[in-house]
Amino acid sequence: MTSLNIDLIINLAYIASAVLFVFGLKMLSSPATARKGNLMSSVGMLIAIVVTLMNEIKLPWENIIGGLIIGALIGSIAARKVEMTGMPELVALFNGFGGASSLLVGLVAVYAATNTTFTNITIILSILIGGVTLTGSLIAYGKLSERMPSKAIQFTGQQVFNGALVIAILASAVMFIQNPSADSEWLYAVIGLSLVFGIMITIPIGGADMPVVIALLNSYSGLAACAAGFVLNNNLLIVSGSLVGASGLILTNIMCKAMNRSLNNVLFSGFGAAKVSTA
Amino acid sequence: MEAIYLSFILMLSIFLGFELIAKVPATLHTPLMSGSNAISGITVVGALTAAHSGSPELALWLGTAAVALASINVVGGYMVTDRMLAMFKKKG
Repeated sequence: MTSLNIDLIINLAYIASAVLFVFGLKMLSSPATARKGNLMSSVGMLIAIVVTLMNEIKLPWENIIGGLIIGALIGSIAARKVEMTGMPELVALFNGFGGASSLLVGLVAVYAATNTTFTNITIILSILIGGVTLTGSLIAYGKLSERMPSKAIQFTGQQVFNGALVIAILASAVMFIQNPSADSEWLYAVIGLSLVFGIMITIPIGGADMPVVIALLNSYSGLAACAAGFVLNNNLLIVSGSLVGASGLILTNIMCKAMNRSLNNVLFSGFGAAKVSTA
Repeated sequence: MEAIYLSFILMLSIFLGFELIAKVPATLHTPLMSGSNAISGITVVGALTAAHSGSPELALWLGTAAVALASINVVGGYMVTDRMLAMFKKKG
């Protein structure tokens, strides 16, 4: 087969996957069709993985198959063993792994020789959002599973600290983009700071609000996948990532409304004056 | 040009994502969250591509780790969602 044909087949299959994801999500929001919807979206995922594997003949097969098998084993054992009450925190943990993966995809892309400035910006976004998703989800997991105190953690100067953190992330990102290389210390600064930032945005939120936070972090991990899609010029990643990002945000909002809260109230109640709201 | 075309796709999918979920009964909040979390594991496709660009050696291993982490998210995510939904069915 010529490479043009393979490209065509891959893109057609990617369209099929995207359609299955869309219908899957739609069906997941109604009780009668939810289980079928989940199945549909998993078929979409299977198609996407198989077709992507078809693409490259010179793949490092041992590594890829090894990685897939190890991941599938860990995931399926965890999913099968977990108690019903432990499911939300397991979802948080899975979500964190997804974020970590997007971070690594961004990091690997730095090694490519020819990156445009636009690619470098998306690499930083992929690393940043992936990193925040990773540690944010880990904290959410810790709070829900009561491996750490579930109450909101606050300290004096928290807002100032977080403000400084944001500025430091932006500055490191700009420094990296101006002089991108795999040994750039600014790259590692962005990674480290985004990991810290993920922790900082999650600790001031109380354990009772964690489901909303997980929904929001899930939306972030979609955006991280979307950013990774821009890094790799992969339209399926962009479509599915932004689908999850947008629908995750809507779901977060719906969940807040069900609790009679606003999203701002959930996210920032730990910061400001309202200490009562963490009860 | 590629960037413009991809941003175009991005815009449309964001709108689609916003419109896709309108009314969700409270019992389905967690399964929907979990199910869409599994979809965000689509980054596994990116990880597969990243792993093959494996030069130097370090990049290969980072890519392999990305594949493993994303497949935990995908496989675990779909399975745990299915378990949640199976439980609802028994109750109803």
